[in-house]
Amino acid sequence: MKRFIGFIKKEFYHIFRDKRSLFILFGMPVAQILLFGFAITNEINNVDIAIFDKSNDATTQEIIQKISASKYFSIKQNITNEAEIETVFQKGRVLAVLVFEKDFKKNLTKDNAAKVHVITDATDPNTANSITNYISAIIGSYQKGINKNSTLEYQIETKSRMVYNPELKSVFMFVPGVMTIILMLVSAMMTSISITREKELGTMEILLVSPLKPFQVIIGKVIPYIFLSIINAVVIVILSIFIFKMPVQGSLFLLALESVLFIITSLSLGILISTVSATQQTAMMISLMGLMLPTILLSGFIFPISSMPLPLQIISNIIPAKWFILILKGIMLKGVGPYFIWKETLILIGMTLFFIALSVKKYKIRLE
Amino acid sequence: MSISVKNISKSFKKVTAVNDVSFEVKEGELFGLIGPDGAGKTTIFRMLTTLLFADKGTATVAGFDVVDDYKEIRNNVGYMPGKFSLYQDLTVEENLDFFATIFGTTIEENYELIKDIYVQIEPFKKRRAGALSGGMKQKLALSCALIHKPKVLFLDEPTTGVDPVSRKEFWEMLKRLQQKGITILVSTPYMDEAELCDRIALIQHGKILQIDTPQEIIKHYPKKIYDVRADNMYRLIESLKSFEHHYSVYPFGEYVHYTDKRDDFNPQELQQYLAANDHQNIKIKITKTTIEDTFMELTK
Repeated sequence: MKRFIGFIKKEFYHIFRDKRSLFILFGMPVAQILLFGFAITNEINNVDIAIFDKSNDATTQEIIQKISASKYFSIKQNITNEAEIETVFQKGRVLAVLVFEKDFKKNLTKDNAAKVHVITDATDPNTANSITNYISAIIGSYQKGINKNSTLEYQIETKSRMVYNPELKSVFMFVPGVMTIILMLVSAMMTSISITREKELGTMEILLVSPLKPFQVIIGKVIPYIFLSIINAVVIVILSIFIFKMPVQGSLFLLALESVLFIITSLSLGILISTVSATQQTAMMISLMGLMLPTILLSGFIFPISSMPLPLQIISNIIPAKWFILILKGIMLKGVGPYFIWKETLILIGMTLFFIALSVKKYKIRLE
Repeated sequence: MSISVKNISKSFKKVTAVNDVSFEVKEGELFGLIGPDGAGKTTIFRMLTTLLFADKGTATVAGFDVVDDYKEIRNNVGYMPGKFSLYQDLTVEENLDFFATIFGTTIEENYELIKDIYVQIEPFKKRRAGALSGGMKQKLALSCALIHKPKVLFLDEPTTGVDPVSRKEFWEMLKRLQQKGITILVSTPYMDEAELCDRIALIQHGKILQIDTPQEIIKHYPKKIYDVRADNMYRLIESLKSFEHHYSVYPFGEYVHYTDKRDDFNPQELQQYLAANDHQNIKIKITKTTIEDTFMELTK
């Protein structure tokens, strides 16, 4: 046991004396969570638009008033001819132009129909889509206002309610994803690098020719990173609760347990990587290409799994992160208890056991 | 026997690194494996320290079989690999303490054994190993390999990359360790170090050429060796090689070592030949045979 503690002590020296790994360990989580939380967002806010009002009457003025009063849009300029529409888009001043047809009010009152044209810059399709929806919604609510007195026959009214994230805050979607990625990165990449470093420097040779048992070396390597990953998880949860007002509906204890499970899954992956790579560089490449990319792309973190082609949907099942994100969303947003996530938990446990068994089989007590 | 190697062979893919090697090392002996880079020295070390399996043959270290009793061996040997495998980011003291701990001992317990060596680096004990000079790294690595009082010490090229003064000190330390009853197997590409061993095995291309005491190996050298020098050394070698009675010619330090085919060779004759070939400041004198000469002869 004394040997083992001596080994862990040495690992902590390595971690705290290497500025780079310290930065990855503690700088990265904070930077990522802030970056994803603030910068990368699907919501629209204060989008600049231009107005081309050909009729300039009381109704169009009211609509424009309503649009500019919302926090989503700010009217950047007024356009007076068709040719200018192209120019403002090209200059990138605005993302949308609203064109009211001639005699808007007259058409509305006489013919019961007036036309407004929404032109959007679809170089960013998601934003363009949102802008169109938001503007239609604002005009729709204005229309409802003027129709208050007359009732149409046979009207179907859609009422929608968004549950678990009523304000559609994208940070709620990113926090579980970022947390997953950071735990994966810290656990898998850092352990695989720290084990391969011993191989590269030749110290593994001495460790092998010592009475330390292989599993002691491995567990000794892993324990410091379990601690550090737990600290990271706590930091992420605290940041998301206090800065982004992310709710944790479910039990914090369950959240902690599941996080530790996922940390162990990632660590076992890291050990597996270190058994197949001889240098730190290979270990890093495998961790980044083999773990990070699929985790970001196929876990449902950014792209919804349900809209992927079937083969990718099937592949996504073998990505541990997919299951952890489901668990996180369940606990944090839906507030579910263990009864609802037992399947995901069981899958993660199964994967962990599989990785550990494979690593034990692959671990060499000799050099070849 | 402290180490006994019987007919071991080892190949990596198509390269035969060690080819049917056998030797024995007595208890308390300082035994040297002498050979150039790539001769198979490191592979032999790794097989004896249980890091590699031999393809053929058997070996025992301290009475334990290297395959079946590898755990026992790992408790009883000290190993210093070719590159000083220390933790560069740990201090001198932390390195030593770490190795003491994983071998289940403490620095204090075996301080007596490493004292001679460790006192030289103790003033720097708070310095990180990465910032030490080659000689100091070597001393630290040796201290680390010794801290658990091993029965057999394996030193793979311990003096490579170390300055001549430190090299000399290092061999003196080995002699003292030997007196404490530790069996030492050391490898080196430096022929001059061979003479400091009790017995040596000359090895090349994975095969042992000769095993004996350095004195015996030198004694069996069949020729008289002459140191030859002149102003233009390069041209001197050319001239000597075209001398009809030459047996071997090779540069050796600031001289060229020359041997003649005939037993009744007269250096005067060579002097005249070289003078006739426009060489200036010619010096010829008979010299002592070294291990290197023997090695050159054996690998000829």
